[in-house]
Amino acid sequence: MVTWTTFVWAFLVGGGICAIGQIIMDVANWTPGQVMVVLVVAGAILDGLGWYDPLIRFAGAGATVPITSFGNALVHGAMLEAHQHGWIGLISGIFEVTSAGVSAAIIFAFLAALVAKPRG
Amino acid sequence: MNTKKGISSLTYKQLAEHHTPSRTIWRNTIRAFVVGGAICLLGQFVQILFIRYAHFSISDAGNPTVAVMVLLSVIATAFGIYDRFAQWAGAGSAVPVTGFANTMAAAALEYKSEGWIGGVGGNMFKLAGPVVVYGVVSAFFVALIHYIIIHL
Repeated sequence: MVTWTTFVWAFLVGGGICAIGQIIMDVANWTPGQVMVVLVVAGAILDGLGWYDPLIRFAGAGATVPITSFGNALVHGAMLEAHQHGWIGLISGIFEVTSAGVSAAIIFAFLAALVAKPRG
Repeated sequence: MNTKKGISSLTYKQLAEHHTPSRTIWRNTIRAFVVGGAICLLGQFVQILFIRYAHFSISDAGNPTVAVMVLLSVIATAFGIYDRFAQWAGAGSAVPVTGFANTMAAAALEYKSEGWIGGVGGNMFKLAGPVVVYGVVSAFFVALIHYIIIHL
């Protein structure tokens, strides 16, 4: 059930994940790209431990919008497919759930290149 | 340290270290928290729309929400808005999935001048590529371990 508290938690959890990313960037002097990689791996591990789904139920978009959910969705796809089709699903299922984000990003980025000019 | 130059460069370094980190870390972290939180809040509104009007379940609504957020991010990137505010927001704009889409759209636009295949196609994943590579590799091993534990 989605109530107004979900909005509050979406803000707090989503903001919290971004704050963690910013602290890593500033303290360890990492680039945003490196931080994104670490958070994706963290999301995958959290899902492996079974902790990411409760976070999504609790914080909604606060858990699904940060890049950590990409790692979570990759693991989900692999486990879902492995559950249905055996070990080969570990490979064939990886992009099953993530298709929306990656496909949308490729298609829209291409369309943007088609119609827009680069800006500084 | 004995030469004048050594001392001045040391004090400069000390000065720089003294002034930059702690204060800017706080400021940057708060900015990242607020902007990242706001992007997720916007995502929550989109997700509610999918749940209420397209009858998605809570867990299924995440995917179309991400697609809409990606679209919004690409539009903002095409108009040059996203990169300008990314300067200010730091990880707040980079960590959400909108940041991932932004790197792809920005690369596609930037390398357009080098042609459609080698330029746009070849560079679209230049920044987003590592995220996909390590996401897939880590997801494979996590799922593999999970699979082995279940089937033992």
